[in-house]
Amino acid sequence: MGKLIDENGIRLDGRRWDELRPIKIEIGVIKNADGSAYIEFGRNKIIAAVYGPREAHPKHLALPDRAIVRCRYHMAPFSTEERKSPQPSRREIEISLVLRRAMESAIFLEEYPRSIIDVFVEVLQSDGGSRCASITAVSAALADSGISMRDLIVGCAVGKIDGQIVLDLSDHEDKEGEGDMPVAYMPNLDKIVLLQFDGIFSEEEFKKAIDLAILGNKKVYEILKRALIEKYFGTVDEK
Amino acid sequence: MLHGSEIIMVLVRTKVLPGDLLHDSYQGQPPPHTYKLGNKLLSLKVGLVEIEGKEVKLIPLAGPYIPRVNDFVIGKIIDFDAFSWDVDINSIYTAHLPAQDVFGRDFSPQTHSLTSQFKVGDILAAKIISYDRTKDPVLTVRDHGLGKIVNGEPVKLSPSKIPRLIGKKGSMAKIIESKTKTKLIIGQNGVIIVQGPSEGIVLAAKAIRLIEEKAHLPSLTNMINELLTREGG
Repeated sequence: MGKLIDENGIRLDGRRWDELRPIKIEIGVIKNADGSAYIEFGRNKIIAAVYGPREAHPKHLALPDRAIVRCRYHMAPFSTEERKSPQPSRREIEISLVLRRAMESAIFLEEYPRSIIDVFVEVLQSDGGSRCASITAVSAALADSGISMRDLIVGCAVGKIDGQIVLDLSDHEDKEGEGDMPVAYMPNLDKIVLLQFDGIFSEEEFKKAIDLAILGNKKVYEILKRALIEKYFGTVDEK
Repeated sequence: MLHGSEIIMVLVRTKVLPGDLLHDSYQGQPPPHTYKLGNKLLSLKVGLVEIEGKEVKLIPLAGPYIPRVNDFVIGKIIDFDAFSWDVDINSIYTAHLPAQDVFGRDFSPQTHSLTSQFKVGDILAAKIISYDRTKDPVLTVRDHGLGKIVNGEPVKLSPSKIPRLIGKKGSMAKIIESKTKTKLIIGQNGVIIVQGPSEGIVLAAKAIRLIEEKAHLPSLTNMINELLTREGG
């Protein structure tokens, strides 16, 4: 195993420990969806689309007092290095679930009783941290659809490589490193809505990792905010 | 963006995103498209906010149509059974038009044929007479100006932007109507029927599309005027 951080503290892709990969967000990319967004998060390329709220079919799914959310996270067969079977894998089913749980805490479900909100996430090209990139894209798509949300959600992972806590792992760092912790966060409410963890951290490292994740999430939030304002108001005030 | 100390100022149409702080000690029920967290008032939508003293008004720039009683809507018949029609009103819920509303109280499924009045695919202007969270909206066509619409082209606009299309006391709609020689039938649910000569319809549709794109700008009336004068010749 080669070193993931060199003696000057530079990672394999040239970043320092607290730097994010380049992020690009585009809103409203799918004409027929009620809301949609495209995100490039490092080498991740992900499209998210929101349909609804609409009448729930089959009808027995509907709840009398609130909307339900259905989420499908899917990786295109060509999104990985080796062809991935298009069938939903265990991992994709899990990510669909955690994304749904995260957005359920942000959406004002009580406003749309008896209805269903469908969210589709398609990964066109994958890299490390795709669930974090996905939740950011989903929240952009939800905001675009005009569904009432308590706050925007942003996601960003932290991890441990070569014994050091670093921000936003790439695919290689995720595979070769010692730990990975994706965190999704509502910046205005200061709430964590998704936290998964794989690896071994000491208590001190964990606390440091959470702080770093929130710091990274706030940077992602600025980018998401910019993208939304640009789409809806044309310009970004420098303020 | 609204952050911390800035909110004491009188704000004229500030851009907000979901989760943005609108007021840090708001009393009473939260206005539409906002919610309260303790005493803080926060935004639920992407939109523009107007704050005047204690009054907070949020104008969303996107969002589904939520039916309201007495709204004038334009719908399309999608199905019918022995007693009512199902009408698509571009909303979360399908609306119902009871046959009694059309045939009167002596309606009976044996003697009256629903298809003699409205067929699947017909467009109609209607008013919502009842709706709440637990029941689908019910429509009526028994008022003047309501009923089947036989000519014109449907154009869609985000329901939240309909007030911009109408303008102050109908000024914007009047400008479009007079300059394109068309008549606009504007449903609160975001469906507009444009009637008139075909060139006029094309031009009016262009104007509506411009409103869709630029609804947040204060200079919208001028832009519409400019578009209509330039293209209308």
